[in-house]
Amino acid sequence: MNTIAQPASAYFMDPRKMPPETHTLCVLVDNEPGVLARVIGLFSGRGYNIDSLTVSETSHEKHVSRITVVTTGTPSVIQQIKAQLERIIPVHSVADLTVTGNALERELAMVKVAGKGEKRMEALRLADAFRARVIDATTESFIFEITGKTEKIEQFVALMIPLGLVEVARTGVAAIGRGPEGMTL
Amino acid sequence: MAQEMSGAEIVLKALTEQGVEHVFGYPGGAVLPIYDQFIQQDKVKHILVRHEQGAAHAAEGYARSTGKCGVMLVTSGPGATNAVTGLTDALMDSIPIVCISGQVPTHLIGSDAFQECDTVGITRPCTKHNYLVRDVNDLARVLHEAFYVATTGRPGPVVIDIPKDVQFAIGKYIGPANIQHKTYKPKLKPEQQGVRDAVELMLTAKRPIFYTGGGVINSGPLAAKLLRELVKMTGFPITSTLMGLGAFPASDEKFLGMLGMHGTYEANMAMHDCDVMINIGARFDDRITGRLDAFSPGSRKIHVDIDPASINKVVRVDVPIVGDVAHVLEDMIRVLKAKQGSLDPKKIAPWLAQIEGWRKRDCLRYKPAKDYIMPQYAVQRLYELTKDRDTYITTEVGQHQMWAAQFYKFEDPNRWMTSGGLGTMGYGLPAAIGVQVAHPNSLVIDIAGDASVLMNMQEMSTAAQYNLPIKIFILNNEYMGMVRQWQQLLHGNRLSESYSHSLPDFVKLAEAYGGHGIRCDDPAKLDDAIREMMDVQKPVIFDCRVANLANCFPMIPSGKAHNEMLLGEDVSDDEIGNAIGAAGKALV
Repeated sequence: MNTIAQPASAYFMDPRKMPPETHTLCVLVDNEPGVLARVIGLFSGRGYNIDSLTVSETSHEKHVSRITVVTTGTPSVIQQIKAQLERIIPVHSVADLTVTGNALERELAMVKVAGKGEKRMEALRLADAFRARVIDATTESFIFEITGKTEKIEQFVALMIPLGLVEVARTGVAAIGRGPEGMTL
Repeated sequence: MAQEMSGAEIVLKALTEQGVEHVFGYPGGAVLPIYDQFIQQDKVKHILVRHEQGAAHAAEGYARSTGKCGVMLVTSGPGATNAVTGLTDALMDSIPIVCISGQVPTHLIGSDAFQECDTVGITRPCTKHNYLVRDVNDLARVLHEAFYVATTGRPGPVVIDIPKDVQFAIGKYIGPANIQHKTYKPKLKPEQQGVRDAVELMLTAKRPIFYTGGGVINSGPLAAKLLRELVKMTGFPITSTLMGLGAFPASDEKFLGMLGMHGTYEANMAMHDCDVMINIGARFDDRITGRLDAFSPGSRKIHVDIDPASINKVVRVDVPIVGDVAHVLEDMIRVLKAKQGSLDPKKIAPWLAQIEGWRKRDCLRYKPAKDYIMPQYAVQRLYELTKDRDTYITTEVGQHQMWAAQFYKFEDPNRWMTSGGLGTMGYGLPAAIGVQVAHPNSLVIDIAGDASVLMNMQEMSTAAQYNLPIKIFILNNEYMGMVRQWQQLLHGNRLSESYSHSLPDFVKLAEAYGGHGIRCDDPAKLDDAIREMMDVQKPVIFDCRVANLANCFPMIPSGKAHNEMLLGEDVSDDEIGNAIGAAGKALV
């Protein structure tokens, strides 16, 4: 005991001293009106970051939605975010998939690229390398559908910029733990 | 068989079945159907306030002094927005409140209808939970759930927004039994390992201290009783936050007084130098810790809190225990009894001696005066003359509040109602009304400041209407005293806008409301004037003229540590002007 150092003063805290970490949190909530506003309001009201947010009802008969939040903060802030989320009344449970480890994270993006000639061919070749599918095409544009980890999508989008990137639509991260166990309600 | 009735009837039926006796409210277009039910029954009494903020604070005072849930009723739009300050106050101080608000009819929601506002949107961050009831068949369940959520776990305010058409619609009523909340099941019983670790740590302590807070009072009278037992068993000294005053008797020799920004020298020094800190139902608020990186640097810390989010929020602790205070104390006492042999009073004797040394500084000492009333003296006399009565004290916010906390000695829980977390000026007068409604035969005193009390002065009219003989004891220094003190500390004594210009004649004001007014500026006549106040069976405004420029000490200036306190008797004006460094000036 007593091995935990005191945090710096809230008044004189130097955030640079504590390296921020990125965590993926899964929140199971009752899908009632306003529940997403409660979650988002918690983040904005207490000054936490949202890097990515994905919401969908995952059990229609039980009206349960799954919210996946990717957030960045110091370890104590992440711990506090989890505790604060658990305090919201319609929240069933919260899992920090970064702490439990080895979770699967995927994102889907639709990437519109316009161009002609060699650039168009290069975009198609890169798409193939990234296993992106063409889901719409005109003589001067493609829309690619790509799924994967956030880094892969970032990389693909970056490569498309010089080739005529027009716009990107992304779903945000969905995440799930490996193995037979699921999150409890 | 579920009974069928209108939404408005469901509201009254649910309130009755929840054991609600009093509702503080103000009518308006969107709650008329509910008001129409009030007049047709006599089980639930309605107290008509003069402003919805007053309803909220009255409900808070009612809740704090009884341990029950406070209930308020307001209309849509301005009714709901006026309630927001009181709801936030209840959230910050963990006070159970159910607030029913009217809303425009369902089909008008979102159309910017007359007196429409997004009540659930506005109150989402300032309530523990809130509901918009769109279907009358959900109404009974929501009402019972709201009482459950407000009073269970860490208590707090809950808003139920009911559109007017839902109040008229006919639906099924269900009773409070068998209502099981789907998701909210707070943990009341602690993990036994934590309790055992805590007791082990307490047994090793050479310089222990109990630091207790409002959680002890919220847990109920049993918690306060067990706390006394634990302190007696261990012989450890104990200090309390502003919110926790009364949980442990102030007259006990183990009690060091309040800690924190205006806490006692002995309490703060003991917090700084202790080796084991046992936090029971307090949350390491910034008014308590002062400079965090210098907060009790040599101690191992036990933290008992019902709210898991309070653990490690601002201060890292060694032994966290999540649970209700009474449950935790019961377990602690049981484990400790089995090991009573290992409690050696000699081990902590030097520590108690050191604390006695600090106590000898007599940090609350002030220069007595013959020609004018010192504010501290006024509170002392008020205490001496009322301590043997069945007395409840409320306060506003500012210097008078700190002097009340320092000089009024509380022996029992639920006797002290003050706005701690939010620091709401205007809290005390309506809170006193709530307390007096709950305890009609008790002596209820609002220790007030001349500026704060004007913020909800209209509630004098409520007190008059219901013959509530509340006593408003104003320490009138003609300043927003705490603002002035901070201007002296931080801003070169440039008193920008902190002088109370054009104060009303408080005696005439009392009379205008149908109450009784008293003025006193002579220390020799003070006792008689206080006795007069106690004897009058009417609302009283006591205009106690006190020294204008007295400062509230001791004080830990912003950004300083517990052992860097300013003590009253030896502080010069120069020292006050230079007490806070550049970094501290940016703080609150």
